[in-house]
Amino acid sequence: MNFITQLFTDPATYRLLTIVVLSVFLGIEVISRVPSVLHTPLMSGANAIHGVVIIGAIIVMGQAPADDYLALILGFLAVILGTLNVVGGFVVTDRMLEMFDKKKKKRS
Amino acid sequence: MTNIILPLSYLIGSITFILGLKMLSHPDSARRGNLVAAAGMTIAILATIFLYTDEAGNRLGNYGWIFGGLIIGSIVGTLAAKKVQMTAMPEMVSLFNGMGGACAMLISIIEFKHHTTGISPELYEEAGTTIFTIIPGTLFITIILGMVIGSVSFAGSIIAWGKLNGKIKDFSFNGQHIINLLLLGVITVLTIYIVAARPAITITLFYTVLALSLVYGILFVFPIGGADMPVVISLLNSFTGVAAAFGGFLYNNPVMLTGGILVGSAGTILTILMCKAMNRSLKNVLIGSFGGKKVSSGASGTKEQGNYKEISLNDTAVLMAYAQKVMIIPGYGLAVAQAQHACHELEKLLNDKGVEVFYGIHPVAGRMPGHMNVLLAEADVPYEKLLEMEDANDQMGSVNVVMILGANDVVNPAAKDDPGSPIYGMPILEVEKAEHVIVNKRSMKPGYAGIENELFFRPKTSMLFGDAKKVLQDLVSELKQM
Repeated sequence: MNFITQLFTDPATYRLLTIVVLSVFLGIEVISRVPSVLHTPLMSGANAIHGVVIIGAIIVMGQAPADDYLALILGFLAVILGTLNVVGGFVVTDRMLEMFDKKKKKRS
Repeated sequence: MTNIILPLSYLIGSITFILGLKMLSHPDSARRGNLVAAAGMTIAILATIFLYTDEAGNRLGNYGWIFGGLIIGSIVGTLAAKKVQMTAMPEMVSLFNGMGGACAMLISIIEFKHHTTGISPELYEEAGTTIFTIIPGTLFITIILGMVIGSVSFAGSIIAWGKLNGKIKDFSFNGQHIINLLLLGVITVLTIYIVAARPAITITLFYTVLALSLVYGILFVFPIGGADMPVVISLLNSFTGVAAAFGGFLYNNPVMLTGGILVGSAGTILTILMCKAMNRSLKNVLIGSFGGKKVSSGASGTKEQGNYKEISLNDTAVLMAYAQKVMIIPGYGLAVAQAQHACHELEKLLNDKGVEVFYGIHPVAGRMPGHMNVLLAEADVPYEKLLEMEDANDQMGSVNVVMILGANDVVNPAAKDDPGSPIYGMPILEVEKAEHVIVNKRSMKPGYAGIENELFFRPKTSMLFGDAKKVLQDLVSELKQM
């Protein structure tokens, strides 16, 4: 119960909770009507956006003690994986959407 | 001044993610939307590296490691994303999603290790339960949930990746759903127990939960049929979003929180939209009537299949050359055979002979929604030749020859008239309204969803066996000689 109370009483946590709730609605609103041809690129784009987890990896890496090799290696792995998610995700999405661009130019 | 730059960058990051997602859902702005989100991400990452300070005001260290990781990740990520073939893009997305999940998992592991370093069994003997209570409850829950969701997403995505590229076969056993539910129950109970009781074996239990989560991720995706992978990837995508958001809680970091939760909720909605495009419910996909074994349910399983007739290349060429209107229906087989260019060539040739050629695109043809559009665009097929399902069905009555290239479930009449079929209710391309139906397949094997297709045995249908690319090239040379 302690945990639940803290969510509402601690100002910092409560602020985060508010962000969560608002973001949930925002996420639903933002993509409520999408043509089915865009499902795949949209999923891929969203995939790149959750790569924001890389920021956590950078913080963990930057705070690891210089002599704790296990933490350094795990953090290093986390940074690589997070970067793969971000960079690969955005590049793949761009490649998918490039095809749509080409199509549009042909049409006009 | 410098102390406002970091929060400001995070705010900009959050805004670009919202704008990016919004723009990605409209065809005209989609590509820019992706770039906007990428720009926001870059700002947020750079600001974190150079400006982040902990509560005591310490900057981040280990720049060598950080930049090393960023550079390696960027190079490998760019190369992989650039090199991957159009047909393999779904797998790639799944793989990148898994990387994100693994990243979230690792962050939680490191944080847990960090908070429990130096706690030995002897120390526990001395201090009792209080020793693990140095980790605040909220923090501990955040760490564990981030790890559980991250590792489920990681393991699940890897399985989905393996399934899509054919390395992993569908696999299910009786009672699998019960075992999955049990696993989930054990994970939940253990999590609550660790956080509430902080027993002497807290560390062991933590890693047990990690192992169980990985196993759960694997078992969760295993029984789901390959044809449903897009939906599963989309779902796992939103899982990773939620895992990233737990990272946001952990570091009190607003951009991780908004980014993660946005993807979590948008991804869930997208998953539901995808299910709707296939006219199925999410529950149906997850519990899986496609799940390998129970495929020939209802009437279709017991019905006599009868005979199919084959058609020669030459006859096909004649039939097409003297048709007025030809509709090509592409499916995954076309993508596998990389036959999109050959297909475009056939279409041009027929056009020169005065035949009207269109493509009928089913929204879920291929492995992902929009797969066929992307594939044909790559071969420079003009946009106006691609008809969406409704338009295609409207025109079907005046079509002389329908050429089905490696598509199966999207033209299966069972979806319309066999209530026992697992795909019953899915909208299909009604090819039987046309005069002739020619089906190109490699063999009589059922499609990816494992369902028999009665269309092949109907009187209007002729089968043209062979690899799509080879067949199309041969057709082109036949037509050239005519």
